[in-house]
Amino acid sequence: MREELLRLIEKNSKIEVKELAKMLSVNEIDVVNELAALENEGIICGYPTLIDWEKTNLEKIIALIEVRVTPQRDQGFDRIAERIYNYPEVKSVYLISGGYDLLVILEEKSLKEISSFVSNKLSTIEPVISTATHFILKKYKDNGTVMGKKFEDVREVIS
Amino acid sequence: MKHRLSEKTLSIKPSGIRKFFDLVAEKKDVISLGVGEPDFDTPWHVREEGIYSLEKGKTFYTSNSGLKDLRIEICNYLDRRYNLHYDPLSEVLVTVGGSEAIDLALRALINEGDEVIIPEPCYVSYKPCAILADAKPVTIDLKAENDFRLTAKELIDAITDKTKVLILAFPNNPTGAIMEMKDLEEIAKVVKEKDIYVISDEIYAELTYDGKHHSIAEIDGMKERTILINGFSKAYAMTGWRLGYACGVNEIIKQMTKIHQFAIMCAPTTSQYAAVEALKNGDEDIEMMKESYNQRRRFLLNSFKEMGIPCFEPFGAFYVFPCIKKFNMTSEDFAMKFLEKENVAVVPGTAFGDSGEGFLRISYAYSIEKLEIAMEKLAMFIKTL
Repeated sequence: MREELLRLIEKNSKIEVKELAKMLSVNEIDVVNELAALENEGIICGYPTLIDWEKTNLEKIIALIEVRVTPQRDQGFDRIAERIYNYPEVKSVYLISGGYDLLVILEEKSLKEISSFVSNKLSTIEPVISTATHFILKKYKDNGTVMGKKFEDVREVIS
Repeated sequence: MKHRLSEKTLSIKPSGIRKFFDLVAEKKDVISLGVGEPDFDTPWHVREEGIYSLEKGKTFYTSNSGLKDLRIEICNYLDRRYNLHYDPLSEVLVTVGGSEAIDLALRALINEGDEVIIPEPCYVSYKPCAILADAKPVTIDLKAENDFRLTAKELIDAITDKTKVLILAFPNNPTGAIMEMKDLEEIAKVVKEKDIYVISDEIYAELTYDGKHHSIAEIDGMKERTILINGFSKAYAMTGWRLGYACGVNEIIKQMTKIHQFAIMCAPTTSQYAAVEALKNGDEDIEMMKESYNQRRRFLLNSFKEMGIPCFEPFGAFYVFPCIKKFNMTSEDFAMKFLEKENVAVVPGTAFGDSGEGFLRISYAYSIEKLEIAMEKLAMFIKTL
């Protein structure tokens, strides 16, 4: 049931244990135990909520930053990645194959803050060779979900 | 003016589902668990292929039998999934949904007065199609204690020297029942001995939740007397594309193609191009949808268990068929009162034949959120009975 359970809550982490148990035809206690095991094993890493901030009054600017770095002896990219991801304003860090090494996703309230992060914090990390910053203009789909699309049942009655 | 209409057509009763849903349509904010079609959109890569064919100007008729590429893919699919072997050039006909194929099959086989055996409860179109083909429909009342499977004994009892065809529809709408290989073998024995045909409507074949679907055509000596009907509506969530097919020996398919050619010409071209893509690259989509249906199926069965409503475990299609006899009401009464009180629509079992009395058809082609609300309402409703 492990993978099936994961697929279910990946789409909707709010489904109650009682319903999960019924959908998987197992006991509630088994679902509780499995969820606990998945958390312990670090397979479930969190239960965040997908928010379309554009519809709120809060200003949020998201930047994708391509970072080229010199890998360090013994630690490869891990140590540099750590130095970057420890900043709370950094939302995601990925090691990427191709033209650059790290993809950093940064969320800030203004352009100024983003530029200050890039010039003062990111570029000054010694192994960082170069950065290229892209701003997100509009989010169409995030984490498998089309933003702002509401399901509507348009099926008509037919015999 | 006084219209002088066909007596035969006039004699046909409108579908029982229709009647019920005309009532539903008058009410507001009804949670309906009545629809018999997938709630998924057609997978995007399949839609994209349909769009591409339009962009390329593929807007002409196809051959009467359907696109050759599609017929080849259908044969590959049947071979891959069920080890069935058909010749794409002479043993396949692409139709406007499985429904057209049912009509054609009956019209190609029936002479006036031939009897067609229809196990009930079943999909609403078999009986009217049989009547329109001048056959005499003979129904078998399938039993809940047999999990709504057809038994050899029931079949033998229904056969007369006029019997021409058995319509076999598993996985079944409305019960969700399936026939396993051992059940099919028993039926095949009788069919061969009594020398009759089978029209096997396997439109829900891919929606089988325990083990694998089997076709009666797989059994030795059955291919020549079986018309296998399948389509894209349920497996690939393509109901609106109106595309199905029939497979059988050339002697039969040839006659069906003749009727199809004069009545329909050919199935929609755009749909045929999309269907090629579905068959080539759609296996994963089926798995994804099947997993989701299965979760809802288990959810409903466990909910009934909790409420103490008996329901045999259906292993196919996307329907459950709970028994409401213990509430001492007819199916229609139950469905009407449930609609009035809780605004939830379910279909009375009697819409699918008299043997559906005492049962309800509940479709789980709905989001789990909707099913949850409906089950809460059902629990409240039965407390008042």
